[in-house]
Amino acid sequence: MAELQFREAIRDAMDEEMARDEKVFLMGEEVAEYNGAYKVSEGLLDKYGFKRVIDTPISELGFAGIGVGAAMNGLRPIVEFMTFNFAVLAADQIINHASKARYMLGGQLNTPIVFRGPNASAGQLGATHSVAYDSMYAQFPGLSVIYPSEPDDAKGLLKSAIRNDDAVLFMESEQMYGMKGEVSDEEDYIIPIGKGKIKREGDDVTVVATGKMYHIAKQAANQLAKDGVEVEIIDPRTIKPLDIELIVESIKKTNRCVIVDESHPFGGLASEVGFLIQREAFDYLDAPVRRVTLPDVNAPFSKPLFDLWLPDAKQVIDAVNTVTYRN
Amino acid sequence: MAIKIEMPKLSDTMEEGVIAKWNISEGDKVESGDVIAEVETDKATMEVEAFDPGTVLKILVDEGDAVPLGGIMAIVGEEGEDISDLLKEAESANGSGSASDDKEDDKSEKKEKKSSDKKEFDPILEDVDSKEDKKEKSGQADDDGRIKASPLARKMAEEKGIKLSDVDGSGPDGRIIKRDIESYEPSAAKEESVVQAPDFASEEDEEIKISQMRKAIARRLSESKFNNPHFYETIDIDMEKAIEARSALNEISDVKISFNDIVVKASAMALRKHPEINSSWLGDTIRKHGDVNVAVAVAIDEGLMTPVLNHTDKKTLQQISSETRELAGLARDRKLQPEQMEGSTFTISNLGMFGIEEFTAIINPPNACILAVGAIRDVPVVKDGQVVPGKRMKVTLSSDHRIVDGAKAAQFLNTLRTMMENPLAMML
Repeated sequence: MAELQFREAIRDAMDEEMARDEKVFLMGEEVAEYNGAYKVSEGLLDKYGFKRVIDTPISELGFAGIGVGAAMNGLRPIVEFMTFNFAVLAADQIINHASKARYMLGGQLNTPIVFRGPNASAGQLGATHSVAYDSMYAQFPGLSVIYPSEPDDAKGLLKSAIRNDDAVLFMESEQMYGMKGEVSDEEDYIIPIGKGKIKREGDDVTVVATGKMYHIAKQAANQLAKDGVEVEIIDPRTIKPLDIELIVESIKKTNRCVIVDESHPFGGLASEVGFLIQREAFDYLDAPVRRVTLPDVNAPFSKPLFDLWLPDAKQVIDAVNTVTYRN
Repeated sequence: MAIKIEMPKLSDTMEEGVIAKWNISEGDKVESGDVIAEVETDKATMEVEAFDPGTVLKILVDEGDAVPLGGIMAIVGEEGEDISDLLKEAESANGSGSASDDKEDDKSEKKEKKSSDKKEFDPILEDVDSKEDKKEKSGQADDDGRIKASPLARKMAEEKGIKLSDVDGSGPDGRIIKRDIESYEPSAAKEESVVQAPDFASEEDEEIKISQMRKAIARRLSESKFNNPHFYETIDIDMEKAIEARSALNEISDVKISFNDIVVKASAMALRKHPEINSSWLGDTIRKHGDVNVAVAVAIDEGLMTPVLNHTDKKTLQQISSETRELAGLARDRKLQPEQMEGSTFTISNLGMFGIEEFTAIINPPNACILAVGAIRDVPVVKDGQVVPGKRMKVTLSSDHRIVDGAKAAQFLNTLRTMMENPLAMML
């Protein structure tokens, strides 16, 4: 095991895949000469040269389209967005082309492309730079959505994403790039897409959380443990396809569930998990499922409002206390 | 300066007072200490005194009207004084529509709007702010009678053979949850473990669907027994002369006169003399019925019916006899028309034919009383210092104490006894 920063784990995944397969290349704003806006691609230009590490103009739709075209023609592009908030401009390429080309052409070609970059809010960046897109992209058939919470997951899953023959959205967080964690040094470390992980075992309540929200859930779980409430944290890691079996197995043991989701409440990961639980684990529920999400309000800029807006450990603790009838 | 006279707090619990009587009228001079009005509170009628001397400039409330605590009843001041400001204030304080009143409404409306705005915000934070959510939920507890249990608790109860209705739920709105099933200990089962189990095979229970008649009996009689404060008085009647009279009558009558017919007739005539027994409680008033309509309880297979003999006191024994027979027959055949069961003012229930010595009956609403008639018994009685064989019958009157007091019921029973013991008195 090696302790790596999140950004290092992502870089290593890209490095290993680029070394393994010369069809893999990286492009995006500032990925080459500047070594990435968040230093994720540090050293890759030196190692692979301008042909495979390509700086693009500030033109998300353009370079996303080049990526999709390259994928259709047999390459394996990694397209980095400086943030998924800017990828809205490339939505036509992602939603209409990357996700649908194989389907509409009857399987004549594949779109093995990874779109990656930071997702959701990262402090006071205002309403247009603070949106969580994972649930939205998970709506579309033909797209896989990954939102890892720890460096180890990031490495294993990004390698799987690069090898995937269909389009994958790989979501990161500005606030997590510097986060350190043990990363397996197993050679060719692969985590299959669609497999969740029990990150903490407990008997009293299942908390489902991924990405940045996993760390909120973890804080809450540590606090609750002091009160004798043992939280089982399930990190699905992949939003879509979702590892609902793992969640249901956990609920069969704990009988209660709280979902922590960085999206707005309507039709997000939390609603989907809530629906699936009532269908798959109805007879095992001892309390209505609860969720902690953003409110149905755009991100505020003001610091006090922003702090209220973003889910925090206290809200998770409240929800856990409600489903365990401790409130 | 003009002074308002406000509704004083005359009892700890009063919220408003009704002006029973004004002792003043506009233009009168009052001195401090004068009793200006009598006010009915929730407890008693109290006198209201004037504190300040002056001339009554305005009386704002009519006799019989209610005024909230602190509401303005009258204005006292110097003759000719301008009291328009006080009048305005009075109008708003006493809650009749005026300009200032509207403003007040406006304000409260705004307030309401504010709070509802907040509510609209809550659903957004629905899962975020669990406390708010919880508050709302406990506010809307519904009472549809359904047992609330979590799906898990339901399944566990089923597996363990526990009836959910026996379990107390500890979740919100009494929801039965996992821990309630886990901690459930049947109290009956506990006792059984102490007592040796009997070695009898248990026979199957039978659940019978409740008929409409059963439902009606259950509803009406529960309502009566639980709502009407019943009290009971029993009197023993010497039946010797009634027995003689009955034999004599039956020798000449086409229709057979029963003892019950005689009790019905005597009761009807006694009711005419004691109208308070022939009454109904109507909530705000008591109705003394003009007619005497005695209902007779008839036992049928499915339950009980009470056909009514209208104008009972005006009917002859023969009429009573034949009509009772006819109505009882219709009742047994379930052919009684609704109007034949309506309008009773008193009810008689007779279990004498079953040898019942005495019993108490539940009042048949909206009657004030019901008479329960026992069997005629051969008993030793003391007559002129000698123990001799006698014939006695006990009747028990159940009365609704809201309408009838003990002495009134006793007087009625005495009149009834006099008539039964001297059947000739019925001819008067």
